[in-house]
Amino acid sequence: MTLVSGWGRFPVVDSEVLRPRSFEAVGAAVADVSGSVARGNGRAYGDAAIGAVRTIAMTGFDRVRSFDPATGRIRLEAGVLLSDLIDTFGPRGFLPFVVPGTRFVSVGGAIAADVHGKNHHGEGGFGRYVDSILLRTGQGETIEVSREQNSDAFFATVGGMGLTGIILEATMRLRPVETGWIRERVISASDLDAAMRALEASDSATYSVAWIDCVARGRDLGRSLIYLGEHASADELAEGADRFPIGKNPGLAVPLDLPSMTLNRYTIRAFNELYYRMGARRAGGDHVVSLYPYFFPLDSLSDWNRIYGRRGFLQHQCVIPEQGARAVLGDILDRVSKRGDASFLAVLKKLGHGDGLLSFPLPGYTLALDFPVKGDILNFLDEIDRLVVAAGGRLYLAKDARQSRATFEAGYPALPRFKAIRKSLDPAGNIRSKLSQRLFDEV
Amino acid sequence: MTSRKTVLVLGGSSDIGRAAARAFAKAGYDVGLAGRDAAALEPDAVDLHARYNVEASTWTFDVLDTASFDGFVAGLPVLPDVVVSIIGLLGVQQNAESDLAHATTIMRSNYEGPSLILGLFAEKFLARGHGTIVGVSSVAGDRGRASNYVYGSAKAGFSAFLSGLRARASRGGVHVVTVKPGFVRTKMTEGMKLIGPLTVDAPVVSDAILNAVEKKTDVVYVSGKWRLVMLIIKTLPEAVFKKLKF
Repeated sequence: MTLVSGWGRFPVVDSEVLRPRSFEAVGAAVADVSGSVARGNGRAYGDAAIGAVRTIAMTGFDRVRSFDPATGRIRLEAGVLLSDLIDTFGPRGFLPFVVPGTRFVSVGGAIAADVHGKNHHGEGGFGRYVDSILLRTGQGETIEVSREQNSDAFFATVGGMGLTGIILEATMRLRPVETGWIRERVISASDLDAAMRALEASDSATYSVAWIDCVARGRDLGRSLIYLGEHASADELAEGADRFPIGKNPGLAVPLDLPSMTLNRYTIRAFNELYYRMGARRAGGDHVVSLYPYFFPLDSLSDWNRIYGRRGFLQHQCVIPEQGARAVLGDILDRVSKRGDASFLAVLKKLGHGDGLLSFPLPGYTLALDFPVKGDILNFLDEIDRLVVAAGGRLYLAKDARQSRATFEAGYPALPRFKAIRKSLDPAGNIRSKLSQRLFDEV
Repeated sequence: MTSRKTVLVLGGSSDIGRAAARAFAKAGYDVGLAGRDAAALEPDAVDLHARYNVEASTWTFDVLDTASFDGFVAGLPVLPDVVVSIIGLLGVQQNAESDLAHATTIMRSNYEGPSLILGLFAEKFLARGHGTIVGVSSVAGDRGRASNYVYGSAKAGFSAFLSGLRARASRGGVHVVTVKPGFVRTKMTEGMKLIGPLTVDAPVVSDAILNAVEKKTDVVYVSGKWRLVMLIIKTLPEAVFKKLKF
């Protein structure tokens, strides 16, 4: 057995890690033990990509099977990373339609979590651009699922956290782009009301996201910088600029686990003050930035999860339906700012409808916060969960490591239907993760 | 036919081989992938074409079947501009100490086969007047260690072969590169205890190979740290070295 954890480094649990080299070997690995789940690049924060007994590492499956340069339609193996797709097909004029905040996730993982990006309010999630999926079920069958064929299994697989089977390959559409640059506009918002108004008013922007200073209090509560973005056309580039910027591999790394006292209310407050002021200074006009810092600001610092120290951290990402979101978000931010130990920057953005049965998004506002694992943090997050549930919201499974069954069941009303489809694909229950054990497997 | 440059990768199904094929294809080379099972290389050839819009072909090549080498080289439709040998077999040192067949396979896979095939290509390249030969050897060849001297000695032989070939071939316009990767996270090293700061991933090796070909470097330690580590290990007096445990 091997000790395995997600990106948040909490929890750390035992699971046998297998690295099969062929799809036949994947099938064999799933068949001979009860309790396997696929793992891509390990960027899920909690226990989603850790098998109850066995974890099937998929990053070795990284071949492109076909690509049509006329349409951007691509067939690929599930272990291809989005960073690889961007670096390979960006210069050929195509990017993924949807990217999350890190490019180091696998295609299989992006489908399983139906990841969302800064364009979810207008363009939906990752799964919307997936046409079909090759799935190895727990029962041992290899089936192709799409909106037309095995559609129940398709909508259970998109956002299904890998629990319908092992995603082997997928066919998806890429977005044609003229350049790898983003025309960005920064808006500064002095409090939560202004931030929400700014996001509301930016519904027609392709990309929008707000970075909230979550230690600001009183009348500064919820002060933010809103980043809007559009794909830049070739004639918007500076003279002599390459059409496609080079994506540098993370140069700076966090070399060791920082002592947990490095992050405290004083250092965080100082950092946020600086960040807000520098951003506010850039507010106003448009400027063109490389897609890499625009979409993936944290990727430039590799192993940034070590900033939170050896005990790891928890990300709490909720979505609150639009009706009444203002009051609940204000309440959550108020409690967080009073604690003072949350992440430097929280993320606020608008979401639209989700596609899969267990897809996280619903029309409303999502707020993501990081907390170091220490003290009474688990109780505090349970408290926040009660506000989320009361408002009809839910938590993002790709980030979760600790929510209760009750919170989960309240947030995901399609769960019974998901369970029924899963049962039909895998009557023996061979596919199980630590997350599914925690949240809904009958034991 | 295209006017693009071509590279032939011997050992195309290995992790470093796949990464090398991608690095060259990305740089615009047409790629030939050679391995024991050509059919198994087909998905990688498809991948190279889909990603980089280059031509990619597959070839059957068995490094232990030296009798087939002449025919293999003669059967290629074009003589490549670059040939890269990534073939190697770590084997199990403990078994090789008593099992002559296993020791023989390790020696032949790491020294005899790679040297003979690259030597053959060198003759063709010299006759043509240009070409680049890349041999992936190992830091293990810099000094025999108690824990892997069967593998290490074969790599030492291969390194010496490449060094001599380089001296001779350079006068005929043919460049020879020796690559010493150190620890690489691959199928071959899976489950081994590797020293984190001294370990790299396959694409780091393949980028170093491409870079050496383009810049005409002679000997490449993939991670600069290894040059220092091996310098120290090579200069330890034998009386001290034999007491060390590694």
